[in-house]
Amino acid sequence: MIAELGQFALILAFVVALFQSVAIFAGLRTGDAVVHGFARTGAIAQFVLVLAAFACLTVLFAQSDFTALVVAENSHTDKPFLYKLTGVWGNHEGSMLLWALILTAYTAALAWSAKPVEARLISLTFAVQSLITAAFTAFLLFTSNPFARLWPGPENGQDLNPLLQDPGLASHPPMLYAGYVGFSITFAFAVAALIEGRVDARWARIVRPWALAAWTFLTIGIALGASWAYYELGWGGWWAWDPVENASLMPWLAGTAFIHSLRVMEKRDTLKAWTILLALLTFALSMVGTFLVRSGVLTSVHAFAVDPERGVFILAILVALIGGSLLIYGLRANLLKPTGLFSEISRESTLLVNNLVLAASCALVFFGTFYPLFITTVSDETVTVGAPFYNSTFNPMVGALLILVPISGMLAWKRGKLMPVLKDLAPAGMAALAGAIAAFWIADRGLVAGALGTALAIWIALGVLTDLAKRFKLGEIAFSASLARAARLPLGIWGMAVAHFGVAIVVFAITGVSAWKQEASAFLMPGQHLDIRELAITLDDVQQYEGSNYVAERGEFTVRRGQRVVANMTAERRLYPVRGMSTTESAIHARASGDVYVTIGQPSPEHGWPVHVYLYPFAVWLWIGSAVLGLGGLLSLSDRGRRALAAKPKARAANPEPAE
Amino acid sequence: MNRVFLFLPLAIFIVMGVYFALGLREDPSSIPSRMIDRPLPVFDLPGIAEGEPGFSNADLDGQVALVNVFGSWCPPCEIEHPMLMQISRSGRVPIFGVDWRDEPGAGAAWLARNGNPYQRVGDDPEGDLAFELGITGAPETFLIDRQGRVRFHHVGVIDETVWRDTLLPMIEALEVE
Repeated sequence: MIAELGQFALILAFVVALFQSVAIFAGLRTGDAVVHGFARTGAIAQFVLVLAAFACLTVLFAQSDFTALVVAENSHTDKPFLYKLTGVWGNHEGSMLLWALILTAYTAALAWSAKPVEARLISLTFAVQSLITAAFTAFLLFTSNPFARLWPGPENGQDLNPLLQDPGLASHPPMLYAGYVGFSITFAFAVAALIEGRVDARWARIVRPWALAAWTFLTIGIALGASWAYYELGWGGWWAWDPVENASLMPWLAGTAFIHSLRVMEKRDTLKAWTILLALLTFALSMVGTFLVRSGVLTSVHAFAVDPERGVFILAILVALIGGSLLIYGLRANLLKPTGLFSEISRESTLLVNNLVLAASCALVFFGTFYPLFITTVSDETVTVGAPFYNSTFNPMVGALLILVPISGMLAWKRGKLMPVLKDLAPAGMAALAGAIAAFWIADRGLVAGALGTALAIWIALGVLTDLAKRFKLGEIAFSASLARAARLPLGIWGMAVAHFGVAIVVFAITGVSAWKQEASAFLMPGQHLDIRELAITLDDVQQYEGSNYVAERGEFTVRRGQRVVANMTAERRLYPVRGMSTTESAIHARASGDVYVTIGQPSPEHGWPVHVYLYPFAVWLWIGSAVLGLGGLLSLSDRGRRALAAKPKARAANPEPAE
Repeated sequence: MNRVFLFLPLAIFIVMGVYFALGLREDPSSIPSRMIDRPLPVFDLPGIAEGEPGFSNADLDGQVALVNVFGSWCPPCEIEHPMLMQISRSGRVPIFGVDWRDEPGAGAAWLARNGNPYQRVGDDPEGDLAFELGITGAPETFLIDRQGRVRFHHVGVIDETVWRDTLLPMIEALEVE
């Protein structure tokens, strides 16, 4: 009954979305004012209907109703309740429903928040957004029905993949999807602007909060995914350049370029066609990320069902949405004439370099991800592209770009002077050089990568601080006056500074965990220990343990430095009988200076337990840095100047923002 | 000139769309295996239950044979199973099983319930042999020639079509080789 209810709600959502999209396009043609009102109620109706469908699926999982096919395939009565709920999106059908839910939630949020300005633009945006919703609810209904029944229902389910039974999964996909799908709004706005044939600073101001919200969600989502891999996979791998990870990185890179070029368009009324193209590409890559990677075009592990019918359907949607939008772009983008000119040395030009490098690095990741596919279509060879490829191409490119960060923030718009900026940044440069030498000297293996990473992190961090100090006129005027300037600084600037500082932290953490990590392993019997650096790790005891749906072996460890006990740790190896899979639950002792990371393996009767110990310097800063990045996004997002949507652009122009 | 330039993204997308369409048509299970034309690794797996014989290279004994990797935990294996039973009953080719990453006793219980199409079944609880064979999931099946070399690697479920159109013709060819 509940499944049928959910199915019914989903069908209704599809009908409403389709009708709404057609009605708005038709209504705008005839100039009918009613469509504007309908656009909003329709958007909210779609959201309520998909929410009802999602609630039905959640109830099916909560009740362990195994006559529902997805529940039977992905749940089990012994599973902890939390994972029954997260199991709703731990499978293809449910995750697609979550995707649709977030999509309609964004549409509803737009209906809720949109001010009565640019009514045509907003209505067109609703039309495009509803078209996307119609396409994906159709995909759900026709090829991935989450409410399919199984008669007779089995006695018990097949359980959720144990790797996915982790708190990380509870939050990771919803965050990631909120990021991916958030770019649907900017995509819809871009298509609407192309149809209108007009885009200006106002458009940028309306779109910017949506772009920043999506970007912030995506940033946090990627960080959660990386931390899930770090904690759960058992070898401390937080990033492996695997297709699924690349799929989330590509829209992030394009989206990062987009929020930067959006700023240029807002301030200087230029780079218009390029900004619109980035908006289209960012969502295109989000869709490619969600679907192509999971649809069988790029499978390496066929545990995810390969279904040609789904693949063809998805491909048709992608061709229609991406191809259609690019066609409109080709036809209409020439109407978007830039007005602002700028010289080679200006903030615009550095942001253009930022855009080009980010776009190129995105293309590089795209190429690396899809290269195996291209090769198999033209020849019989199969090749995979791994970390060495990215390390030798992606890293230097992005590293070089990051050198520009502090300079860009300090250059003036339109026409800047390079020498004064470089002079202001000289102390930061000296500190970076000193840091590089120190890192080269102190880190026991003199690694160039470690020195470069350290220098880059110091350069960005101090550069950001220098920029802020200049804006406050710190030292030039009375301290209290500087404080007053700081208080008056727009949140957008604070957001930029905080986000760039976050980049510095992440760069430093990546340097730590990749250049300076250490590992050691040995077979240990209880009482024996193994040494790494100045630490001794003793296996005290191994105990059997029974969880609700798994059995585990728990290794108790004591970490000592000399005689002093640094930490007690517990690492587990779990076996999930229903799926017959085992997982490692690594023990992690996190300190600001680095993580001690211990895993325990399958014992051998003669030698004892294989114990693997890793030291990941500064690992915890990866998560802190990502959070700071996200905070930067949030700060920019809540800039009042953006939220006011500039209903009176004339008045704004008369009262320019200070300190920019 | 400028206007033509604006269609460039669309042009690039069309080229990529064609590639993706080709990629979709291509069956992902036909990814060439690194095992093709190489001898099977040397192995000697224990039986899946007390008193059951194990499975080693010697059991292949110069016959053309199928080696099927399965697990009681694997839903597609359940789907494939009736086909294997049918092949086994026809006596056309001997099938050997590798019980991959199963719990002690689970594989034997599964075969007792569903029927046993295998001449011999080896237990590979840690996936050692499966790793050497380059397995990415279950079920996967290897066609072995008289010299004990892998001649074909099928990823995924063997169904009527795979058996009739792919495996059977290859087996016939190998038997007269």
